[in-house]
Amino acid sequence: MTVLQHIKPGDWLTLVLCSIGVVWLMLTLWTGELADKAVIRSGGKLFREVSLSRNQTIEVPGPLGISVIAIQDRKARIASDPSPRQYCVRQGWLQQAGEIALCLPNQVSVELVGNHKRYDSLNY
Amino acid sequence: MTASTTEQQEGGSGKGEGQNRSTILLHTTAEDHHVARMAAVALGLTILEGAIPSPLPGVKPGLANIVTLIVLARYGWRMAVWVSLLRVFAGSLMFGNFLTPGFFLGLSGALLSLLVLGIAQHLPSRWFGPVSHSIYAAFAHIAGQMTVVYLWLIPNAGIAYLIPIFATAALVFGTVNGLIAARFMEEAK
Repeated sequence: MTVLQHIKPGDWLTLVLCSIGVVWLMLTLWTGELADKAVIRSGGKLFREVSLSRNQTIEVPGPLGISVIAIQDRKARIASDPSPRQYCVRQGWLQQAGEIALCLPNQVSVELVGNHKRYDSLNY
Repeated sequence: MTASTTEQQEGGSGKGEGQNRSTILLHTTAEDHHVARMAAVALGLTILEGAIPSPLPGVKPGLANIVTLIVLARYGWRMAVWVSLLRVFAGSLMFGNFLTPGFFLGLSGALLSLLVLGIAQHLPSRWFGPVSHSIYAAFAHIAGQMTVVYLWLIPNAGIAYLIPIFATAALVFGTVNGLIAARFMEEAK
């Protein structure tokens, strides 16, 4: 007596359909995580929204001076900033949707967003 | 079935006043005893399962559902509801998590899977067996839990990331539990 004989034809159907459903869930919920644009804010207001597909550097003015944002190979970073502690510069490259670099003293931020904006503890 | 499965209760109200002492006797049927016995087996499996380490909180085999499946197939949906809910309530009292978030997670999962089992039992038995019932119930269980988690505990879209993990676990454990239930019923025939 094998275990498999307890699975009736309808059960096989259930198994196949549910397996497809699980794979579909994985494909829809586990992909699209890479960001496709960067939202740059200055002084709390939207400065620019740029696509990550083009390599470029953007200069953003703030109260302390100019913050330079670099976009390269679908990643973004703050290349230089006049803030005293340089936290946002040291954060390095941002790649995933939802990642954010904040230069609080200069009031500049870069946030990566994907196709649909996901929630996190900062913007919920 | 009577409203309670408690066999006999003696309630003494007021320790000092002897004249107020009263005895409540609940008449129970053989069916009640059976529900209690099956719920006890389910509780045993729940405790056994508590000893199995889990890689992720919430991913559990749900062995007690084997009992629910057998009760459903043998004695019908009403009995399965009794056994399942008794297991949830008594289990939470034993583990000390009655009315905690964990209890409500278990309850929501149990309620939704009972609802789905109520529908799934009408599938033609020639084609669909306990394996199908078990898989549907397992998916309903995580759906109920995830709904409570999202609406009450973590209202954050980030939990969507965990759904495929829970769904995979539901598929695997649902199939295994269904097979165990089918095998058990085959042997007991």
